[in-house]
Amino acid sequence: MPSDRSPEIGSTVSIQKHIFNALLEKLKTQGYEVVGPHVENETLVYAPIQKLEDLPRGYVTEQEAGSFRLVYTGHTRYFDVIPGAQSWKQFLFPSHANLFNLKKVNGAWEMETPKPTAPAYAFIGVRGCELAAIQIQDNAFLRSDFTDPIYRVAREKAFILAVNCMHPAGTCFCASMGTGPRVEGDADLTLTELEDVFLLNVGSELGRNILAGLPYESASAFVLNAANRGLERATLQMGRSMDTSDLPDLILNNLDHPHWRAIGERCLSCANCTQVCPTCFCWDATDTLSLDGNQTRRERVWDSCFNPGYSYQAGGNTRPTIHSRYRQWMSHKLGTWKVQYGTFGCTGCGRCITWCPAAIDITVEVADLRKEIR
Amino acid sequence: MAAHAHTHSPASPSERLLEPVWAQVMDITNEAEGISTYWLKFTDPAVEAAYTFEPGQFNMVYLPGYGEAAISISSNPADPTLVGHTIRFVGNVTRAISRLKVGDVVGVRGPFGSYWPMKEMEGHDVIIACGGIGLPPLRPAIYHIMNNREKFGKVYLLYGARTPKDLLYPTEFEEWERAGIQVQVTVDRADEDWQGQVGVVPMLFYRFRMDAPNSVVLTCGPEIMIRFVVYEGLARRVPAEQIYVSLERNMKCGQGSCGHCQLGPYFICKDGPVFRFDALQPYFNVEEF
Ligand SMILES: Cc1cc2nc3c(=O)[nH]c(=O)nc-3n(C[C@H](O)[C@H](O)[C@H](O)COP(=O)(O)OP(=O)(O)OC[C@H]3O[C@@H](n4cnc5c(N)ncnc54)[C@H](O)[C@@H]3O)c2cc1C
Ligand code: SF4
Ligand code: SF4
Ligand code: FES
Repeated sequence: MPSDRSPEIGSTVSIQKHIFNALLEKLKTQGYEVVGPHVENETLVYAPIQKLEDLPRGYVTEQEAGSFRLVYTGHTRYFDVIPGAQSWKQFLFPSHANLFNLKKVNGAWEMETPKPTAPAYAFIGVRGCELAAIQIQDNAFLRSDFTDPIYRVAREKAFILAVNCMHPAGTCFCASMGTGPRVEGDADLTLTELEDVFLLNVGSELGRNILAGLPYESASAFVLNAANRGLERATLQMGRSMDTSDLPDLILNNLDHPHWRAIGERCLSCANCTQVCPTCFCWDATDTLSLDGNQTRRERVWDSCFNPGYSYQAGGNTRPTIHSRYRQWMSHKLGTWKVQYGTFGCTGCGRCITWCPAAIDITVEVADLRKEIR
Repeated sequence: MAAHAHTHSPASPSERLLEPVWAQVMDITNEAEGISTYWLKFTDPAVEAAYTFEPGQFNMVYLPGYGEAAISISSNPADPTLVGHTIRFVGNVTRAISRLKVGDVVGVRGPFGSYWPMKEMEGHDVIIACGGIGLPPLRPAIYHIMNNREKFGKVYLLYGARTPKDLLYPTEFEEWERAGIQVQVTVDRADEDWQGQVGVVPMLFYRFRMDAPNSVVLTCGPEIMIRFVVYEGLARRVPAEQIYVSLERNMKCGQGSCGHCQLGPYFICKDGPVFRFDALQPYFNVEEF
């Protein structure tokens, strides 16, 4: 076959699984830092990967409220694992970023502003919910009146290989939020894993370019059918669901409901949910002053509406109680976010449920609030 | 443009995250116990030439090593070359600011936020109701009214402080009176020399007759005072659309990005700090929201 042919945008091709290594090679040759799911120290992380075999083949994650287990079952699929605590957020919106440094020279502060830099990432295995989360953060960081330079630099270079989700976990409810299991957003390539082959849907010129010259075949009706059936099954296997038909009103019209206090009794205000959430964007700024007082490093760090200091203000704390902080979090995700950015701030990824030490479940809390109001 | 070595000229202002420009403390006015006004002048003449602000807007004032605090601009908008910040020393940053001397340099970002509706208020009576450190963000509005006195109807300043010693700008009251602003002052607790009124700010609404449909109310101060001022205004049938409130929250960016200042759907730093009351109504009475 001619080595320079490449598939049309919008078409779906199929490749033998081992060919994926050539695709990774190609990304690397083009200067991408390739990151994907990887088992490290007995847990699942997003880390640099070199080859197909670095992916968590044979693993599944068992996820329930307040519990996460990575289990080896020996299956033969590379993209079956539902993500752990980490998300792509850590690459686009790093938890620590140096904003500028100041040095006192002859009594005046001299400012050194490092130009924001980031590798050209190739994200391998971005699920529908995760792609939706990236697009939600785009709305927050790439506004027409203000563009976040740190986020932009990483985001505009990122190559996204999305993956359709065939085996959702117990805490997943992306089908309710309209973000999965089928990838709905724009990706450069979208992969579907079948037993023998990978299907790749071409979403952009970049994606097309990466496939150019690789041995692919156009996907047959048979394999496309198998993929569709798999996705339909996945929708039915979704561990959880959330009725969004009366949101955001249900929440915004019941901000004084006693149920918030009941959640506050259980929530530890530990902020886990916000740290693992792929859409949470709140941040704080810190100064680290040298001992002699002549140099300071200004950094941006992740913050959380659950941190007591988040809402301190002369005259007291705006949200001194835990229930008021939980209400802020949830009413933002499922209520005011929609007013601010036109979408919910929740994709149904389930991380906040899995990683809550108190096993608080956003889907259950919404349902309970609704029940108590009726 | 010959920028100073220690200033940074951004390629695109809309991408400037937290880098301040520098300003020198030209003067410090002691206003009351624990409150002073810092008069700042930008060290870069180009920054100074470009700088303007509207009454009610604020700056983020930065002290290297300590951090930033949101501070309202309290000076005359007609003269933005000397920018006044009346600061109460309450915490980390503001206490460090209290140790500054004339000639010292601070970082500034701004101006940020919405502002008092000076244009829409023309032709109306104006009631400015504020308490304590709520007066500084309204002083630019007072100056603007004085600069354009004929454009406004009757103007009342209803102002309260804890004690007579806590009153801000008392030496200016006479000048404001002369400019046709009725100044009504009250304190929570009198001292032996106090001849004036004792009580809370909302009580001052009982001391004059207002033409409610034609009045605009501007208010800033402790949240409890704001609540009662709004109540007194609405009770006299000032439409909610003619009541403006300035709010405070923890702020880290001033650009609608860090999330800290949210109140319901609003980012107070960019959708506020000045709100028309009808926009706040659904959230205003929700406790700890
Ligand atoms: C739009 C706007 C305009 C403003 N205008 C003015 C103005 O004109 N003048 C003015 O003086 N102020 C103004 N403020 C208020 C000012 O920004 C705050 O007072 C700011 O918090 C001061 O910063 P700081 O670092 O000195 O105080 P912080 O150190 O942030 O402390 C603020 C308060 O929180 C308390 N606190 C902090 N951390 C904790 C903790 N961990 N536990 C318990 N309590 C804690 C402190 O004791 C203090 O009472 C304005 C605020 C806004 C939002
Ligand atoms: S709120 Fe929970 S389920 Fe929704 S996106 Fe965030 S972590 Fe995922
Ligand atoms: S909801 Fe759970 S994870 Fe979130 S702050 Fe409360 S205890 Fe922590
Ligand atoms: S201060 Fe950061 S969003 Fe308003």
